[in-house]
Amino acid sequence: MIHFVLLISRQGKVRLTKWYSPYSQKERTKVIRELSGMILTRGPKLCNFVEWRGYKVVYKRYASLYFCMCIDQEDNELEVLEIIHHFVEILDRYFGSVCELDLIFNFHKAYYILDELVIAGELQESSKKTVARLIAAQDSLVEAAKEEASSLSNIIAQATK
Amino acid sequence: MALSGMRGLSVFISDIRNCQNKEQERLRVDKELGNVRTRFKNEKGLTPYEKKKYVWKMLYIYMLGYDVDFGHMEAVSLISAPKYPEKQVGYIVTSCLLNENHDFLRLAINTVRNDIIGRNETFQCLALTLVGNIGGREFAESLAPDVQKLLISSSCRPLVRKKAALCLLRLFRKNPDVVNVDGWSDRMAQLLDERDFGVLTSCMSLLVALVASNHEAYWSCLPKCVKVLERLARNQDIPQEYTYYGIPSPWLQVKTMRSLQYFPTIEDPSTRRSLFEVLQRILMGTDVVKNVNKNNASHAVLFEALALVMHLDAEKEMMSQCVALLGKFIAVREPNIRYLGLENMTRMLMVTDVQDIIKRHQAQIITSLKDPDISIRRRALDLLYGMCDVSNAKDIVEELLQYLSTAEFVMREELSLKIAILAEKFAPDLSWYVDVILQLIDKAGDFVSDDIWFRVVQFVTNNEDLQPYAALKSREYLDKPAIHETMVKVSSYILGEYSHLLARRPGCSPKEIFSLIHEKLPTVSTSTIPILLSTYAKILMHTQPPDPELQNQILAIFRKYESCIDAEIQQRAVEYLELSKKGAALMDVLAEMPKFPERQSSLIKKAEDTEADTAEQSAIRLRTQQQTSNALAVTDQPSANGTLPVSHLGLVKVPSMTNADRNLADQRESEPDGTLTVVDPQPPSVPSPDVLGDLLGPLAIEGPQPAATLPAHNLSSGVGIAPNAEDALALAPIEEQTATVQPIGNIAERFQALVLKDSGILYEDPYIQIGTKAEWRAHHGRLVLFLGNKNTAPLVSVQALILPPSHLRIELSLVPETIPPRAQVQCPLEVVNLRPSRDVAVLDFSYNFGAQLVNVKLRLPAILNKFLQPITVSAEEFFPQWRSLSGPPLKLQEVVRGVRPMSLLEMTNLFNSLRLMVCPGLDPNANNLVASTTFYSDSTRAMLCLVRIETDPADRTQLRMTVASGDPTLTFELKEFIKEQLIIIPTAPTAAAPPVPQPTSSSPPVSDPGALLAGLL
Repeated sequence: MIHFVLLISRQGKVRLTKWYSPYSQKERTKVIRELSGMILTRGPKLCNFVEWRGYKVVYKRYASLYFCMCIDQEDNELEVLEIIHHFVEILDRYFGSVCELDLIFNFHKAYYILDELVIAGELQESSKKTVARLIAAQDSLVEAAKEEASSLSNIIAQATK
Repeated sequence: MALSGMRGLSVFISDIRNCQNKEQERLRVDKELGNVRTRFKNEKGLTPYEKKKYVWKMLYIYMLGYDVDFGHMEAVSLISAPKYPEKQVGYIVTSCLLNENHDFLRLAINTVRNDIIGRNETFQCLALTLVGNIGGREFAESLAPDVQKLLISSSCRPLVRKKAALCLLRLFRKNPDVVNVDGWSDRMAQLLDERDFGVLTSCMSLLVALVASNHEAYWSCLPKCVKVLERLARNQDIPQEYTYYGIPSPWLQVKTMRSLQYFPTIEDPSTRRSLFEVLQRILMGTDVVKNVNKNNASHAVLFEALALVMHLDAEKEMMSQCVALLGKFIAVREPNIRYLGLENMTRMLMVTDVQDIIKRHQAQIITSLKDPDISIRRRALDLLYGMCDVSNAKDIVEELLQYLSTAEFVMREELSLKIAILAEKFAPDLSWYVDVILQLIDKAGDFVSDDIWFRVVQFVTNNEDLQPYAALKSREYLDKPAIHETMVKVSSYILGEYSHLLARRPGCSPKEIFSLIHEKLPTVSTSTIPILLSTYAKILMHTQPPDPELQNQILAIFRKYESCIDAEIQQRAVEYLELSKKGAALMDVLAEMPKFPERQSSLIKKAEDTEADTAEQSAIRLRTQQQTSNALAVTDQPSANGTLPVSHLGLVKVPSMTNADRNLADQRESEPDGTLTVVDPQPPSVPSPDVLGDLLGPLAIEGPQPAATLPAHNLSSGVGIAPNAEDALALAPIEEQTATVQPIGNIAERFQALVLKDSGILYEDPYIQIGTKAEWRAHHGRLVLFLGNKNTAPLVSVQALILPPSHLRIELSLVPETIPPRAQVQCPLEVVNLRPSRDVAVLDFSYNFGAQLVNVKLRLPAILNKFLQPITVSAEEFFPQWRSLSGPPLKLQEVVRGVRPMSLLEMTNLFNSLRLMVCPGLDPNANNLVASTTFYSDSTRAMLCLVRIETDPADRTQLRMTVASGDPTLTFELKEFIKEQLIIIPTAPTAAAPPVPQPTSSSPPVSDPGALLAGLL
């Protein structure tokens, strides 16, 4: 299973963290520090796997961002590598050629999308189309609620005028 | 795309991004945290929108790595908001900020459950996602049935059901009992007929976890998995959106093949045939293509297929096809494939006999040891280690030694250990072995543990042919300018014993050897000096005819150290000086060391212990054991000294040992507690068993050690030398004929550790390991015993009997009579605490291994403090309670003496681990501790207990303790319990107290209170 997902920028800034195994806040900080030290220093033509404390971390760099997923030693590394790519493709489709800035200012969207993709550290949906549809549905629910709220406040404003 | 409407958040993020340095960022974050905190304080004024905004800000700050220790409540409370936008934020932020152990999460269980059983599909999704991501045990117990209902419901849409499947997987991981095997296995099989691929993918993950824990129950899923796989592999009827770079869902393929790996075999011939067709198609049809992602996906499938083929141990043709593929992979340019090729070759070694084919790739694998990528080098090292045998050991070890000089620091330790093990296991001849180890010490002395050089000494001692060679080599190394201290130890030991064999060579006269060694003395630490002193004594003895000049020199050194502050050095100096006056007796005492009895290498044992206990790995072990070189077998040929059954202490042989004594001792050694007849000229000076016990700690060679040898050591240490690490080497047990099985590790210590924590090892011996894991809730507890058979033969007549004290009700589930080879069985125990008492339950455990009956009585860590629930009380709560419990019998005070000295911090930690929550700041005196806890039992129910400890900074061995509670028995028992914990010495001597398993006939040893209790019961 995937124990956690990390998005770290080349400067070591954290852009997203998601923990599927229980780690305390202290442990989380430590893990991030250790792994950024290991992964950001790796050269370009090396493999996408790092062995770390009896686990494996599968990572891939996209422009300035490193996507990392920590898995068990006996898990299938390439499968997880492609979950990362699958995630990136979905982000790309959602934002329209995604860049780091999108993920900084819309970090909550990245969380929504990840939740549609992975639960309990396992892949939930492998169709990009389905994920896109579900996220769009969520967005429209939020929009609808907002409109309702604003029309409601209009009515109140009208009534109290 | 801007954050829809949340300007405040965007502005904050921009501010952070514009910060020039970390300091500015911190200031900005602090300001924002202050702002959020004040806004949360008067929550009434907050609109849902604002609340959402602040909660997002908190998450952002948290992600930046700052501590956010407030506002969790606000995040959780958003979950119960009626509208979707707030609810969504509440769920997401909660699942990011909290983990399953968080108390706030408990508050949300009801709301979450309402969302799950409610009719709103979107709410169901949110709730299932949260539970799937951070749900803990409590969620498992209260939600599993609802989640199961959703998963099998025909009215739910796929988007809910796929989440329900993974949510159930999480709950199953947290508590396997929530899935009732009988009812669920048919359902699971039905779920595999699912048409929606999202649901099917999720269900397949669930299945993997289920079959991993119990494949028997899910046989009916096997043919369905094969069907799914066939459909995918033939690309039949797969919706376009579920193909990934043209490959039908690679993830589903991988998961399906993974679940098949948990079934031991496939019996049905037609299913088997279909599966092999699919596998064949995957193995043959996977080509390397240009597109990276397509390549990765197809190889993910390919590697999983390889694993499945290995598991099913197919017809040999398919296996060799696999090796051929892997051989290709380890030479490709793509680093991922190279890495996986090496990794899977190592796995392949473990399951089948393909070593010879893999050996053909040895050169390529050695090249990978020089790869620029450390991940790949690690794999190469593991593979080389796994494929090493007598035929290629020389080449491989030489490569590893070469690599050692350039390897990065993090790998050296592992590398050194592996070299040492391979050299020992597969040495084609002994001189090579000595060469390798000396080189190893030379290149990486810091990483060579004592075990390794002890082992060299053993081999050299036991093999006469080797002695001159080893002495010569040692001399060569000593000539080098800067050598590692371990090298000084081993070479001076060997030269002390055997340098006289070199006497005729140039530069090897006793005098020259002496001055060569003596040069090193100023550079070594105190632990090495005693070895050098022994060496000097030996040289002195071997110098015939005596050389007065050398003699004076050496005696002067002894005199110098006669008043050394280090007791060990001083004792040796004094004794050698005295002995040197005894003339002929000196010769006798300092004669060459007798041979060591044969025993398992502690190194290899250590390596075996650290390897995970999977059946696969046991296969490789079996194989390597069969092929181990016998060059290093320690033969039992009679030596010049004979095999002395007594006192192999230090370098010294007991002088007045006559042949008659020897025979007598020989006769007696088989009696378990027969004291060996050692005529000892002086009364024992040092030995209290405790001291000896501690010193025995670093005992290097872990042969089963009959307790009977211990008295002998004690007696003789008057002549000899108090054992230190180096002597421990020599503390060889006599031939192991005794039937006693010795425990590994100290039982009392293990128990003591379990007093403080809830899982760990309760008992271990060469055949079995008993672990426990416990969970306690109020006055109920569940303790699971893990009985692990460490052998390749079954343990039979296994019996476990619980002798509970009257205050505990314990139910033990059925214990199987036989534990299969290398298997682990779990036996859960249900415990109910009826009333306060500090008596301990005892597990009477026995089994047969071969002809040996082993019986041990073990204390179970179901003790008083497990029924405590730490609780923090404020000053306002504490003092009225404290005063209301005015005196005996509800409040008891005692001055405790003989307390194990510890700092206040240590004591606080101890109390906290005993589940007595120390409340800082309650007592005005900084030297005092106040702790509070709740005790649960059937008779008392929840009862608050308060403890106050007044320490004396001038004398840490005494303190005054006051314990108060609403129940007189509880007060008394808790007071006594804490006292025991404070006085107890957790590092109980390993060898002195023999709480060892005895043959059933003998009475339980008196030193173990648990066993004593068992005797009384």
